[in-house]
Amino acid sequence: MIPSAFDYHAPKSLPEAVALLVKYRDEVKVLSGGQSLLPLLKLRLGQAGHLVDIGRIPGLEYVREEGGMLRIGASTRESTLEESELIRSRYPILHDTAKVIADPIVRNRATVGGNLAHGDPGNDHPATMLALSAQVLALGPKGERVIPVSKFFLGLFSTALEPDEILTEIRIPIPPPRSGGAYVKLERKVGDYATAAAAAQVALTASGAVAEVGIALTNVGAMPVEATSAEAFLRGKKPEVAALAEASRLAGAASSPRADRRGTVEYKREMARVMALRALKKACERAGGK
Amino acid sequence: MSTHKIALKVNGTPRTAEVESRLLLVHLLREVFRLTGTHIGCDTTHCGACTVLLDGKPVKSCTVLAVQADGREVMTVEGLEQGGKLHPVQEGFTEKHGLQCGFCTPGMLMTSFALLAHNKKPSEGEIREAISGNLCRCTGYVNIVKAVQYAADRLEQGD
Amino acid sequence: MEPKTDAKICGMGHSMKRKEDARFIRGQGRYIDDIQLPGMLFMDIVRSPFAHAKLKSIRTERALKVPGVLAVITGETLAKYNLHWMPTLSADTQMVLPTEKVMYQSQEVAAVIATDRYAAADGVEAVEVDYEPLPVMVDPFKALAPGAPVLRTDKKDKKDNLAFHWEAGNRAATDRAFAEAEVVVKEDIYIPRIHVASIETCGCVADFNPAEGKLTVYMTSQAPHAVRTVFALVAGHVGLSEEKIRIVSPDIGGGFGGKVPVYPGYVIAVAASVVIGKPVKWIEDRMENLQADSFARDYHMKTELAAKKDGTMTALRIRTVADHGYTNASANPLKFPAGLFSICTGSYDLKQAFCEVDAAYTNKPPGGVAYRCSFRVTEAVHAIERITDVLAQELKMDPAELRMRNFIQPKQFPYKSVLGWEYDSGNYPAALKLAMDKIGYAALRKEQAEKRARGELMGIGVCSFTEVVGAGPSKDFDILGLKMFDSAEIRIHPTGKAIARLGTKSQGQGHETTYAQIVAEELGIPAAHVQVEEGDTDTAPYGLGTYASRSTPTSGAACAVAARKLREKARKIAAHLLEVSEEDLVWEPGKFSVRGAPQKSKTIQEIAFAAYTNYPKGLEPGFETSSYYDPPNLTFPFGSYICVVDIDRGTGMVTVRRFLAVDDCGNIINPMIVDGQIHGGLTQGLAPALFEEMSYDENGNNQAGSFMDYLLPTAMETPHWETDKTVTPCPHHPLGAKGVGESATVGAPPAIANAVVDALAHLGVRNIDIPITPEKVWNILHAKGVAD
Repeated sequence: MIPSAFDYHAPKSLPEAVALLVKYRDEVKVLSGGQSLLPLLKLRLGQAGHLVDIGRIPGLEYVREEGGMLRIGASTRESTLEESELIRSRYPILHDTAKVIADPIVRNRATVGGNLAHGDPGNDHPATMLALSAQVLALGPKGERVIPVSKFFLGLFSTALEPDEILTEIRIPIPPPRSGGAYVKLERKVGDYATAAAAAQVALTASGAVAEVGIALTNVGAMPVEATSAEAFLRGKKPEVAALAEASRLAGAASSPRADRRGTVEYKREMARVMALRALKKACERAGGK
Repeated sequence: MSTHKIALKVNGTPRTAEVESRLLLVHLLREVFRLTGTHIGCDTTHCGACTVLLDGKPVKSCTVLAVQADGREVMTVEGLEQGGKLHPVQEGFTEKHGLQCGFCTPGMLMTSFALLAHNKKPSEGEIREAISGNLCRCTGYVNIVKAVQYAADRLEQGD
Repeated sequence: MEPKTDAKICGMGHSMKRKEDARFIRGQGRYIDDIQLPGMLFMDIVRSPFAHAKLKSIRTERALKVPGVLAVITGETLAKYNLHWMPTLSADTQMVLPTEKVMYQSQEVAAVIATDRYAAADGVEAVEVDYEPLPVMVDPFKALAPGAPVLRTDKKDKKDNLAFHWEAGNRAATDRAFAEAEVVVKEDIYIPRIHVASIETCGCVADFNPAEGKLTVYMTSQAPHAVRTVFALVAGHVGLSEEKIRIVSPDIGGGFGGKVPVYPGYVIAVAASVVIGKPVKWIEDRMENLQADSFARDYHMKTELAAKKDGTMTALRIRTVADHGYTNASANPLKFPAGLFSICTGSYDLKQAFCEVDAAYTNKPPGGVAYRCSFRVTEAVHAIERITDVLAQELKMDPAELRMRNFIQPKQFPYKSVLGWEYDSGNYPAALKLAMDKIGYAALRKEQAEKRARGELMGIGVCSFTEVVGAGPSKDFDILGLKMFDSAEIRIHPTGKAIARLGTKSQGQGHETTYAQIVAEELGIPAAHVQVEEGDTDTAPYGLGTYASRSTPTSGAACAVAARKLREKARKIAAHLLEVSEEDLVWEPGKFSVRGAPQKSKTIQEIAFAAYTNYPKGLEPGFETSSYYDPPNLTFPFGSYICVVDIDRGTGMVTVRRFLAVDDCGNIINPMIVDGQIHGGLTQGLAPALFEEMSYDENGNNQAGSFMDYLLPTAMETPHWETDKTVTPCPHHPLGAKGVGESATVGAPPAIANAVVDALAHLGVRNIDIPITPEKVWNILHAKGVAD
């Protein structure tokens, strides 16, 4: 449980951090909360000659609404998200998600940015951010760019971030009135990765039909899965029993889980469907529909 | 750089050390500062036996680098007793038989201490959730819950 | 039962707060990894990635260049001293370090000695080993099939993979009973491999002092004396002599049977320290602990129960295939290679029974350990309690009623079971009735019927177990020849305080408190004034250690007997001080007084002082004695557990809604500590019932080698345990007490399994093997068309 030797850098500013990523390209990793990276290094499964700790850079921990967006600083701890009154009241899907990441002690260190940047399909935020149509802000030597989360996850442990870029902020469009969202996770025990989990975010019309919907799944593919067919099916319909059942069936069918100790392919696919259904039901309830 | 000079507070006392970048905080505490109350029980950040407070929040010190604690405040189980007086959470664990082999106990104490700092009257469910990152093999958790509830009552009565 | 002593003396029956807590709550426990000695070196181990492979070469040049690395020890190094193989506690043999081949994944291959643990880890990474993989045998049935490739090529003349065959009972009479039976039920019941996973892993600090020729080993050992003797026998030829070996078991962070074996790491560390002349510390990390240390269980039990149509059980037959890994390293008493499995007739008055066990060698870690099960009692009880429920289902009878019908009745005790046990005492109907009344059994059955009609899945599981603990009488019990008595030595100081040393070794069971309470009970010296020590073989009297719930039955008895001997000496001294004859004295806790003249008395403290200052002529001065207690029988704690579960039809997840445990361990020393033992045991029973399994793929790769996949329950998965008790004293134990530490690990898994099967019984389900994962349940629901 002892990592190989590496050099550690604690830059005090983002430009300094980016310069280090440029300098040590190919052998450098960004250290944020460390709750994904350090366990890997301790098992000597990942190698890094250099660690760039962005935890000393001021101004990267915040949760605020501004300019039509909810903005979360990348270094915001999961526990901060969990305890935020703003999140609990206006973004319960994010509260749901934060609450089931690892365990309460790990959440005091784990960061939202890290949970996305790691590219692990087992992490919980990616599905939620997909359902929310979120964007991330990346800073590199060429400057800042906005990456929609739908284009962020490329493969297993692979994201659209360049090796010399740092994820600095997550942006979520403030949902319209009559919106609701939920994240439901099936895990074997507290602290486990999901056997399957689903994020659902809906916005209803005045008459109670689904105006907008985002459905995404955790840990049932090499990347988080956005259930686009399910979304397309549900748009415009009233969220009644049959419609939700079909939408969740489509969501399950969109998954491509791998068999492991958490379950066979068949079981996980079914669980993706069950989680999607439960997430959709809860999201609609919260949206004020039925 | 591969070694760093760090300065931090441990249980209120300023401490310094020169450490390898890869030195884990738990090893800084146990091996360098010889505070062996914090224990190591796993290698995958699950068991919580290594729980200490970092700037007041419980963290698993096996998954924090010593260098990350530079300039910060760490509290370990050795810091609970003040002026020869046990903290109510320590009393609670004895009164309610909240420990058997004692190995997970320091981690449980630190997590419980932090819980009671911001939740004065936690329910059984809230206590179980708060300690869900701390594994115990001996007690079955029932008496740990009672110990924390006892401590909450004692803290409410004040000293 | 009211305590006989007041709170100040605090003898039996008081829930005395634990004396040992003082150091643990301050973080001042002294566990093995806390020990630091001058000049101490660190050892880390290179382990095999293959489950079966020839060892072609080990290259150490790169490792020796790592800063801080001093030496690399291989099997060749140890072979020079004939230490590369060692005996196991079951009289088989085990590699310390291999010279020819490795036989399980994570087997020790070489050891790196370095100046600190980080350098040792780097050194391990740098050792280069060439393997030639060999075909892997992971299926014990295939291993036992005729013509299977022989794994133990080290054993000359071994032509198969049978580690042992063991049987008990009358095969012919049992077969006849089955042939004549009105009803027969059969199930293949598998209890998979699990691991004790105490929060502290194993380790040692081996400290050989060349000037004195003395070896001290601080070690996570539940049986330090046995280890010392084994070291003396095994390493005598390299100059280690028993009077110059000291084993010290310091505070141990949980044992549960996993810290009984002598692991290769200990032996390598000792060898390293002897050769280098410096202390060597070895602490395994969690993955090593899970992947290489001895496992528990892994019994495939073909279980059959014969009965009359009215539910009277007539015969039991169990044929077991046991997967023992590559060597039999069990810590079972020698005559009982399958442990106390023949307790499988359980709480029922079975007239015929036969059980047999065939143990197979496979390419897996050696074992097993007796994980909180008193030697295979978990397996035996799981079989009988599950098959009883299957019978109930077959006969459409309520499982509690079926048990009541078949219980051994109180008037039948002491009861000679058909497989040879003499059960000391018991009242099974009372325990089950108490459990049913307390949980509201009838109302639960009503609720279940209503829920079932609505398609909701709720189950009620009953388990009425009899445990057998306290190994054991010298007639039948020994480990490597060492009889399983145990000991207590008590010395009372002039000012009336005392020190008691025992041959057992607590790993959290509260001995520093409970033994003091026994002394308090017998001598009236306040328990707070009795210092208790265990674990240092230089000072503690010889004992076989603590596991299999044996401490109270053996050393607890020795402690009482020793205290009573001292009480008799006290009587002589009191008679002398009071100038009366011994017969004129009356004892009450803490003092002797003259019959009819109670104002003429002497306290035990005054008597203690007199033992050094004013003792009668002819009486030896001083005030100490020891007792080595050879128990006349084991003790038979028992209980009835009732479990209520609800099943999520969408996910298959099982939630334990309620669990009530009624336990009977005879007279109780400390009720608070007994309750704690039950809570912990229930949790270690819940774990294998629903979560834990150590499994291997066909290449022998461990599938649950870390806490990521070996799932220990947290406070969220663990229900709020409810406990109660009955008290049926043990007739042969000086205190009327029985062991209790393991009852709950034994009783909980079948109670939970029975509850889940009960929830699905109306769908035709008769058995589900543990761990009952959500996926297993969902597969059943899906197949039956009732998944949500």
